[in-house]
Amino acid sequence: MENAILKCLSINKRYGDVQALTNIDLEVKKGELFGLIGPDGAGKTSLFRILATLLLANGGIATVDGLDVVRDYKAIRNRVGYMPGRFSLYPDLTVEENLNFFATVFNTTVRENYSLIEDIYRQIEPFKKRRAGQLSGGMKQKLALSCALIHKPTVLFLDEPTTGVDPVSRKEFWGMLKKLKQQGITILVSTPYMDEAALCDRIAFIQQGEILAIDTPANIVAGFPHKLYAVETDNNYETLKQLRENPAVRSVFSFGDTLHVTFDGELKMNPDYSQLKEIEPSIEDCFMELIL
Amino acid sequence: MSVIKVENLTKQFGNFTAVDNISFEVEKGEIFGFLGANGAGKTTAMRMLCGLSHPTSGNGTVAGYDIFKQSEEVKKNIGYMSQKFSLYEDLKVWENLRLFGGIYGMKDKPIAAKTSQILQELGFEKERDALVKSLPLGWKQKLAFSVAVFHEPKIVFLDEPTGGVDPLTRRQFWELIYQAAARGITVFVTTHYMDEAEYCKRVSIMVDGRIEAIDTPKNLKQQFHAESMDEVFYMLARKAKRGEN
Repeated sequence: MENAILKCLSINKRYGDVQALTNIDLEVKKGELFGLIGPDGAGKTSLFRILATLLLANGGIATVDGLDVVRDYKAIRNRVGYMPGRFSLYPDLTVEENLNFFATVFNTTVRENYSLIEDIYRQIEPFKKRRAGQLSGGMKQKLALSCALIHKPTVLFLDEPTTGVDPVSRKEFWGMLKKLKQQGITILVSTPYMDEAALCDRIAFIQQGEILAIDTPANIVAGFPHKLYAVETDNNYETLKQLRENPAVRSVFSFGDTLHVTFDGELKMNPDYSQLKEIEPSIEDCFMELIL
Repeated sequence: MSVIKVENLTKQFGNFTAVDNISFEVEKGEIFGFLGANGAGKTTAMRMLCGLSHPTSGNGTVAGYDIFKQSEEVKKNIGYMSQKFSLYEDLKVWENLRLFGGIYGMKDKPIAAKTSQILQELGFEKERDALVKSLPLGWKQKLAFSVAVFHEPKIVFLDEPTGGVDPLTRRQFWELIYQAAARGITVFVTTHYMDEAEYCKRVSIMVDGRIEAIDTPKNLKQQFHAESMDEVFYMLARKAKRGEN
């Protein structure tokens, strides 16, 4: 791939008997907003830590901006911003002190790169004298993102930035990512929320340490191998149980107020479900199809 | 029959009103979704309903007991599960069931019988002697739910039980919820997944400490002329003034 800024080739990671990552091959293009989509325990954090030079793989090669994660780790650390899943700022420093600290560590000043964080930091600036440990979840997240950006990294690693965050704040956060992308920063972001996948340029599905698919959200949806139907009844849970017993039904899952159904072979319309209508699969349908 | 009934419930911390005069009822066997943005006051409200926090004013009964005067009785008659802490990681699967059964005053024989039954239902018979920390997250959450309803409480409170869980396991988890509700256990659940809001019989949406809407998902979508619960939530929650400060 041309313009690949991140590359993983057969990355493996073991913790004792547990194989956390198996032969991960991945390339991310410069300027891309790339999503790593998978549940807790899939191996997302291990991969981030390897790329951020905080963890050694047991095998394979990874490069960031053309630099090797093992040999050139010091140079990589100057070029990447990393926001871990767990809040990792200094709780007993104030908002302002944390930001200044991270700027200083990277030999820069808040003023020099202020334009990059302005939109995000302005929202927490009224609380700049407050200790970071006293902030609410949403404000901690904004401060952590500001600190990860203050040295103007070329690549930003965001490990589950929206887990446990309500839908309104999640939308807001993705709005911020879009703006950062427009400034040319490459972003690798992980999430367990399938609806966020649609907002990425490309995504990788990851489950139990293996990558199941890599593509654009549109291609992933187009690659769904069956016709998918939605049905809505007065008692979806009862209908779900009935459909499961039906030998013609290949899969059936609850999706909000409807059930999503695929059939083996040709669809034989059952009068009870005459309101079946064909629909376009969502990213979540595609992920579930892969882990069935 | 209402198993939760609160009137004008308020909780203040200093001059901050975390929960502002909320009133609602939940029926026996109902799956009730308790939604709201981060900082809207859900956790504070839930702690009062569980008998863990004393309301500043208002009235309420949970499982027939007064949340002011009979908080110990409330605790005995409910189950609780949160995303963060529910099980002892360094105890075995069966030991966790044994421990929680014992805490709720169950005798050894019923505990043993119930343990076998639950492990069979979950398909966890082989994991009986496994340490909880060795289980995948989705399994832990299913086990945590079974622990929370082990003593057949009248109500189970679930605080973001499916956060970070894969989509298949999330659906299996909801089947456990349906089964419990069918047995007459009332389910009071918070979630940030709006598709899960649709699985509830009724939902309430909290904004800035107040309940701004409460109805079936279908009626709420009609009321707000929205296609999905996601839209309903967005319309209400973005009006929040106090943010998360």
